[in-house]
This record gives sequence, C-alpha cells and structure tokens, in this order.
Amino acid sequence: MFQVVAEMMSHAFIQRAVVVGSIVSLCAALLGVSLVLKRYSMIGDGLSHVGFGILTIATAFGYASPLYIAIPCVTISAIILLKIGNNSRIKSDSAIAIISSSALAIGVAVTSVTTGMNTDVCNFMFGSILAMSKSDVYLSIGVCVVVAILFIIYYRKLFIVTFDEDFAKASGLKSKRYTNIIAILTALIIVIGMRMMGVMLISSIIIFPALTSMRIFKSFKKVIISSGIVSVVSFFMGIYLSYVYNISTGATIVLVNLVLFILFSIIEYIVRK
Amino acid sequence: MDLIQVKDLSFSYPTKKDTLKNINFTIREGTFNCIVGENGSGKSTLIKCILGLNKIVTGEVIKETHIGYLPQKSEIQTSFPASIEEVVLSGTISTNIRSIFYKKENKELAKQVMEKLNIYDIRKKCFADLSGGQQQRVLIARALCATKKIIVLDEPTNGLDPSIAKQIYELLDKLKKEENITILMVSHDIDRALKYADNVIELINGEITFEGKPSEYRAGGEQ
Repeated sequence: MFQVVAEMMSHAFIQRAVVVGSIVSLCAALLGVSLVLKRYSMIGDGLSHVGFGILTIATAFGYASPLYIAIPCVTISAIILLKIGNNSRIKSDSAIAIISSSALAIGVAVTSVTTGMNTDVCNFMFGSILAMSKSDVYLSIGVCVVVAILFIIYYRKLFIVTFDEDFAKASGLKSKRYTNIIAILTALIIVIGMRMMGVMLISSIIIFPALTSMRIFKSFKKVIISSGIVSVVSFFMGIYLSYVYNISTGATIVLVNLVLFILFSIIEYIVRK
Repeated sequence: MDLIQVKDLSFSYPTKKDTLKNINFTIREGTFNCIVGENGSGKSTLIKCILGLNKIVTGEVIKETHIGYLPQKSEIQTSFPASIEEVVLSGTISTNIRSIFYKKENKELAKQVMEKLNIYDIRKKCFADLSGGQQQRVLIARALCATKKIIVLDEPTNGLDPSIAKQIYELLDKLKKEENITILMVSHDIDRALKYADNVIELINGEITFEGKPSEYRAGGEQ
C-alpha cells in the first residue's frame, strides 16, 4: 500500500489535488454542521448548480481561469438565495429549486450553443482530478485559510445563532449577519471544491460528514471535530481507491462517505440498544 | 427600582394591524410578573418588543439591565447535538460579545448556575435527550448566565406535565426569593400564574384589560 501511495504522490497533479482536496474537505465539513442543523442542506446543491452555469458561460467566453469569475458570482447568489428564503412568500427550499435548475439549464443551453458537451463540461459536472492548475491551488489554499480562520473566530456565535436564533438576537447578536457569513463561506468552498468533486457531487461533502458525526456524537464541539476528521479521512480513502481502481475521484469520495455514514448508523443502533 | 418600563407601546405586523395597542406598565425589581391572555392576544409580540426582537415604531421600552430570555421551543432543538454545558455557557455571550473565546469567569459562572439548578452532574449529556422539564431547567440556567436581575420567559410550561410545570414555577419562585431575580413570564396557565405571581397583566386583543395583584384579578375576573 505504501508503495502505491508513494507512486501516486509522485504525480504533480495528484499532489495538487491532495493539498486542495484535504483542506476543502475540512472546511466543507465545518460549515456543513451549521448548514445541516439550520436545515439549509440544499443550499450547497443550489449553489453548485449556479456555479456550473457561471463556469460554462465563463468558458464559452474563453476565460482561462473561470474561478475568478465564479467566486464573486456564486457568493452573490448565496446572499440572494438567503434573502429570498427569509423575506418572500416563496419558501427557501422552493427558491433553491428554482434558482438551481434555472442555472443548470442556462449552463446546458450555453454549452449546446457554443462548445457542445466536451470534456471540459463533463469535468465540471463530475469533477476531474486534473482540473487544478497551479494558480488554482494558491487561490484555493488562500480561500480555505480565510474560511477556517473566520470559522474559529465566529465559532461561539455560530453555535448560539444555530441553536436558538431568538436567544441570539435577544443577546444582541446580529443573527442575519452570521447566516450570511455561513452562506458566503459555503459559496467559496463550493466553487473551489467543485472543480475536483464535480457540480453534481460537491454538496455531499458538505452534508455527509455532519450527518455521519451526528449519529454518534451529542455535543456541538465533538460533532464539529468528528466531521472534520470524517471528511478528511473520506477524502484520502477516496482518492486512494480512485487511483488504484481507476474510478472517478468525486464519486469515490462520496461513496466512502456513504459507507462511513452507514457504519456510524450501525454503531449508533448498537449503542442505543 | 423599575427594571423595565413600557410606555405608550403600539405595534403592528405588516399582515396584522394593531397587534398591540397603547401598552403601559412597569416591572419592579424582585417581583414575579405574569402576562396572561388567550392565543393571539399579543403576549409573545409584547415580549418580543421588550427584548428588541421586534422593531418598535410607536412608544418606547426602557430597560435598566441585561435580560435573560427563555424563548418558546424551536423545532431545531429537538435533534440538535449540544451538551448541557455548551447551552448554559452560551448564555454568557451578552456579557462578552466581542471576544473570540469564553473567558474563565464565564465558565465559572456557568458552573455556579448549573450547580444551583442541580444540572452540573449531567452537564455532558445531550440537550435533545433530556425530558421537557429538564430542558426548561437548562434554558433557565442559560438565561441566568445572561443576567443577574431579570429573566423573561415565553410559556415555559407549555407541553409539560402538570407536576413538572409546578416544579418550574417553584424554581422560579425560589430564584425570586433567594436570588432576588425578577421574573416576567407569559403563561396560559392562569390558575398557577395567579398562585405565584405578585403582579398580573392581562392582554385581550392587544390591549391591557387588567394589571394588578392576583387577588384583585380573581375578584374582578370571575364574574
């Protein structure tokens, strides 16, 4: 096994994927706990579809680094999504469904008019380990560091706002601000992560680790720590298995997450009994 | 000393006009106050105005101190992974909103409060796994971490067994007598409210129809 790992790590593109993938997995899992508890799981899904639409348009216009366009656009969409969900008579789940399918449709339409379903588009959909360029790596690391620092700074407040929004407001916290922060950070992680995981699969690395950890752990802090570990472990196992058996990386990571989820559920069942 | 003064307060929601009409009252230190009234009479709205959760347009609310709040139960909390310790400690946020971590004195306060309410031994347990009465006890502890003077409760005994509800009232009464904590609570349970309260405020359709001692309320109310 060590030989395989050594051989695997000798490829520059895999090194890049491992660096970016592990920190993205970690950040996604941290945010995922709040998103799942706040019943915002679907936001990840919606935003990744928006990201797809924007990436296809950017590619169609021939931008070499579509990430720089996708990041601000997806971030703005995240804020709009929350605003619609909070204020109007369209509930947030329907709002997300409308926006995500529209964005996907725009992406597909733009693709058919311009380049057709080529490998680039396929990579956006299902992820590619080859997708990371060197500048993408630096950008990704920068974004993840910012996400992690903000998460630590706001950890206490995120807990209070997630657990009891009314109490948070009565204590003088601006709860909308923290919801916005979560949405923006999520948007950043999604854009960075979807090149590798693919649009269709990225939301799973946000949701799965949190749900898996909540099977067993019963305090917020433990769930957060466990989610981080579960996510990073799933990523490494996924990328290893995908290399050995030549399966799509994104899909393998999701499947490992699924296996861990089932495992944790079984443990929960046995412990409760 | 008056801890809360409500002056000429009126409030309307965009979809419902005149939820509160011209409300005036004061809450004195060391008293047990109950707001009673039917569903939709504006009780919770009034509490939210006092806490600043609803933006006040007409009238004013003057608060002398931090308020410890115990909101109605939210659906999220039924499956939330949070230990008792985490929940109680989070009450201290209003006193050090700017720092990143909890301070030593916050943790010390949380410990004292948990000991006082007999939940220190179970502090590692998950909040969602507790019985309804224990959950309210934890939320009262959290409220006590936010204030030394007054706690505001929105129907804390909703959905509890009568015997457990009685324990909650007794706990609040004890806090009033031993710690000089002022209580302001919204209640459905008029009989019990009258038994423990020093001051009863009755709301009907957004207007105060009675304010005074429980004995006077009984005399006037039960025709």
